[in-house]
Amino acid sequence: MQSFLGKRAVASAISLVGLIILVFFLSRLTGDPTDLYLPVDASLESRERFREINGLNDPLLIQFVHYMGDLLRFDFGDSIRRSEPALEAVLRGFGWTLQLAVITMSLVTVSAIVLGSLAAFHVGGIFDRIATFFSLIGASAPDFWVAIVAIVIFSVGLGWLPTSGTGTPWHWVLPVAVLFIRPFGLILQVVRGAMITALHAPYVKTARAKGVRNRPIIFVHALRNALLPVITVIGDQTTAILNGAVVVETIFGFPGIGKLMIDSILQRDFNVILAAIMVTAFAIFLLNLLIDILYAVLDPRIRY
Amino acid sequence: MALAETDTPKMTKSTHPALTMGRMLWRDKFAFFSALFLILMVLCALCGPTFLEDIATKQNLRGRNAPPFDFSKAWVYWLGGDALGRPLLARIIVAAQNTLFVATGAVICSLTIGTTLGMIAGYSRKVTSQIIMRLADVIMAFPSLLLAVIVLYMLPPSVGNLIVVLTITRIPVYLRTARAEVLEVRGRMFVQAATVMGASTPRIVFRHILPVILPTLVTIATLDFALVVLVESSLSFLGIGIQPPEITWGLMVSQGRPYLTSAWWLSFWPGLVIILTTLSLNLLSNWMRTALDPVQRWRLEIARKKQ
Repeated sequence: MQSFLGKRAVASAISLVGLIILVFFLSRLTGDPTDLYLPVDASLESRERFREINGLNDPLLIQFVHYMGDLLRFDFGDSIRRSEPALEAVLRGFGWTLQLAVITMSLVTVSAIVLGSLAAFHVGGIFDRIATFFSLIGASAPDFWVAIVAIVIFSVGLGWLPTSGTGTPWHWVLPVAVLFIRPFGLILQVVRGAMITALHAPYVKTARAKGVRNRPIIFVHALRNALLPVITVIGDQTTAILNGAVVVETIFGFPGIGKLMIDSILQRDFNVILAAIMVTAFAIFLLNLLIDILYAVLDPRIRY
Repeated sequence: MALAETDTPKMTKSTHPALTMGRMLWRDKFAFFSALFLILMVLCALCGPTFLEDIATKQNLRGRNAPPFDFSKAWVYWLGGDALGRPLLARIIVAAQNTLFVATGAVICSLTIGTTLGMIAGYSRKVTSQIIMRLADVIMAFPSLLLAVIVLYMLPPSVGNLIVVLTITRIPVYLRTARAEVLEVRGRMFVQAATVMGASTPRIVFRHILPVILPTLVTIATLDFALVVLVESSLSFLGIGIQPPEITWGLMVSQGRPYLTSAWWLSFWPGLVIILTTLSLNLLSNWMRTALDPVQRWRLEIARKKQ
């Protein structure tokens, strides 16, 4: 287990360093922040000063060495846009997105597993067909379109829910609902497929022959064995949300890390981009680790 | 083609593999209509711009935000008009070209590059394999939005650049799948036999291993096609994909957003077409997964015999 952990950490660290180097140099290709933050008629002098303050005057390589040096002391630099430590802004945004991801994915996991198992139990039945069809639509729908239509219907038309922002629990309903749809469709499909295979396994026949009732057969015997591929997909989908549900966060004005990310990219706020990438990369590393541990818990044959 | 290779001798009664596939498709109504819809979209993409380009870009300020279902007007106005009075139906048909071209280009490029790299990673020594896999990790973690913005700032906006962005972001999927499949297949008997017979490495990889893993990859590609359409739409929606005056469905949804409360149809129709296209692709991919898999294929054939 320890050597496995070590190997994983080393591989991830290598990838992360590669990523930082790439993002550091590539993001600077988008242009000079000075043009964005100072008025067009700003004097050369004030431009010079702006560059000096934000350390943009040095050659790129020197800037990079400085940045990496600061990073070793856990100094992620300051945000140009908000003049606050970049890490602070990122962690705040990440907190929001994490809540969004946890709420959405718990709802998705429970509903997709229950409905998917039931659909698999009556393959070809009316419930199975309805579930399959709707999950396919869910997996095919563009989230920005669903978000817009939902706003038109529920916020503008019926006036039940706020259009955007945060504050009350009602503000969470639409973002969670829109984010719910695609992972739900995908995971339901995977659960159904895996459960069909599991329900035809010999141990299920044995359980039936013993006289075990349907419910324990589905949710205890078959489900546990069908869960492995399901967990992989759940992990992927959670990763996708953690990486920033950019579109949904933009439309609903949700102050998550996705919105922060796109704003920082468009505003050339390099330190925030880098900090955001490192924080999400770390979170995703932990998530993948958790998933691997879950594998081993569910399937005793897997050992690290 | 992969379809012909998976064809088994027990199908001898049928005349032609293509005909057999056609019959199997007809039996699954969902898949059949999906295929029909996709063919229609491809036709729109191929012929639409030639015939409708002028109509789709001609502004008509008297028809601003014209409501849909007004059948007294010309047929291109049946879905309404946009903020500049341009007919929505014509614009959707013309936009099919860019949307489908970007998606097709991105899927084909990422499939080719990803599969090649994946097979190299799966069949070569540990060091090369490790380098390729770490590279894939970096690409996967690299924010595609940043990539899109960089390309947008660096290169003149064009359809080709968007293909480059989407290709890079989708490579890891094929790379990982191809590598995993090669790792499994390379241990099989026929590969050992080929090695013993003195076949060169490229020959083993491309003649012996590639045909075995191709059906899986093609199925993933169909599924991915739907995803790429969605990603392209999202990028165009956020304003970092295709730039006006070029149009795609995603851009049309985005252009209709300011008029949401007064003219819902501006965003609604293009979004609906996106859903129908991706849904068709998903349904067809589901069907293909069964049809291309010799082990599962009987499910589609037996359905016939029962009737």
